[in-house]
Amino acid sequence: MRSFRALLIRDLKLAARVGGSGMMGLVFFLAIVTLIPFALGPDLNLLSRIGPAILWIAALLATLIGLDRLFQADEEDGSLDLLRLAPVPMEIVVLAKVLAHWLTTGLPLALAAPFFGLLVALSPEAMLAMVVTLLVGTPALTFIGAIGAALTASLRRGGLILAILVLPFMIPTLIFGVAAANAAVGGTVPFETPFLILAALSLIAAVIGTFGAAAALRAGE
Amino acid sequence: MIRDLANPTRFMSLAGALLPWVSGVAVLLLAIGLYQVWFVAPADYQQGETVKIMYIHVPAAWLSLFFYSTMALSALGTLVWRHPLADVSQKAAAPIGAAFTLICLVTGSLWGKPMWGTYWQWDARLTSMLVMLLIYLGILALWNAIEEPNRAGRAVSILTLVGAVNVPIVKFSVDWWNTLHQPASVFRLGGPTIHSSMLIPLLVIAVAFTLVGVALHLAGMRTEILRRRVRTLTILEAERLDARAA
Repeated sequence: MRSFRALLIRDLKLAARVGGSGMMGLVFFLAIVTLIPFALGPDLNLLSRIGPAILWIAALLATLIGLDRLFQADEEDGSLDLLRLAPVPMEIVVLAKVLAHWLTTGLPLALAAPFFGLLVALSPEAMLAMVVTLLVGTPALTFIGAIGAALTASLRRGGLILAILVLPFMIPTLIFGVAAANAAVGGTVPFETPFLILAALSLIAAVIGTFGAAAALRAGE
Repeated sequence: MIRDLANPTRFMSLAGALLPWVSGVAVLLLAIGLYQVWFVAPADYQQGETVKIMYIHVPAAWLSLFFYSTMALSALGTLVWRHPLADVSQKAAAPIGAAFTLICLVTGSLWGKPMWGTYWQWDARLTSMLVMLLIYLGILALWNAIEEPNRAGRAVSILTLVGAVNVPIVKFSVDWWNTLHQPASVFRLGGPTIHSSMLIPLLVIAVAFTLVGVALHLAGMRTEILRRRVRTLTILEAERLDARAA
């Protein structure tokens, strides 16, 4: 537990002081949300109808952006080798690093969603739904991405291949995230049905992601 | 049996002896099956001649799942038993499975245009099959990205096992969701719902496709073993030259 906390704090400090991947994710998120009205035309009715989908796609891509450095930086400077030798299970290491990564990318995205929702003319209920679904859904994205990040940690151009590997697995999260956000503002399905599945996906991804990424890191030595 | 085959030399001679027979029977069955499809099997009363696409489409879909399962089992072999041929089998199965998936999607879309009026529909079966193709392509990309065969094998195994969740989704998508794609009509409880005049050619083609796939798989495994031998010999030769220069 002590090593878990130490690792978490180390990664949070690194994120705050070096590079600031959390800020970058937010800026990227803003860039995508700004880009889409240029392609679709500034029709506010259309934008508010597809707003949840735009925000979810943007959040997914923004999560993907920082993921390739999740284990790669540690692999390059050798700290990953030290962590492999340490008497801590690899699963704990993965859990701490993924949690730190989510706190610096997923959480800011979810909290900033209402502000970005203004750009696509979301109603207040829809904004609240976006915050809640992103809060519950983005951990699934980060954990799924962690497997890809662990598999590609030692590759020089891991970023592109990481995206190809993990995007198919993120589809269910995207489906139920958007479905829950849409259900909150009306429609035939009650909000809880897709929302509970979204929560279940996050929990499953947390288990598979932790063990899968740990296995991949052990296999990669 | 499986343990005996851990010796690549023994596998090479056994596979080499089997390969011509498997390929021969595959070609023969394929000829019989295609003859039946074109000249014996009746045209459908609603679909007309386009029903013949089904004889390629359905076996290709089965084999796409079959080769994914082969890869998943081999991945277990790599991770759990460290069987030396398991990752060779995985690597050889990936392009074959990807090709069958692509054949399934293309023939399905060609059939969909006259029958459903559209090449593509975002229906659960079609979408999960498209995801299957993406997973296959991701696996192929990862094989190409990591140079050292053993490390690549272990990395791909993990990805393959995670991707195996999609296999039951593809199979049962027509039962779980209300889809445009028709539900299972051959492998179902209560027997097939397809008339024997069409079922027999379908099964003949399915067996023929399976044998074609197995023949390609054996040939691919042999090639991969030879490729690894060449790689090792090249490294040894380079080391020898290095030692002499030093």
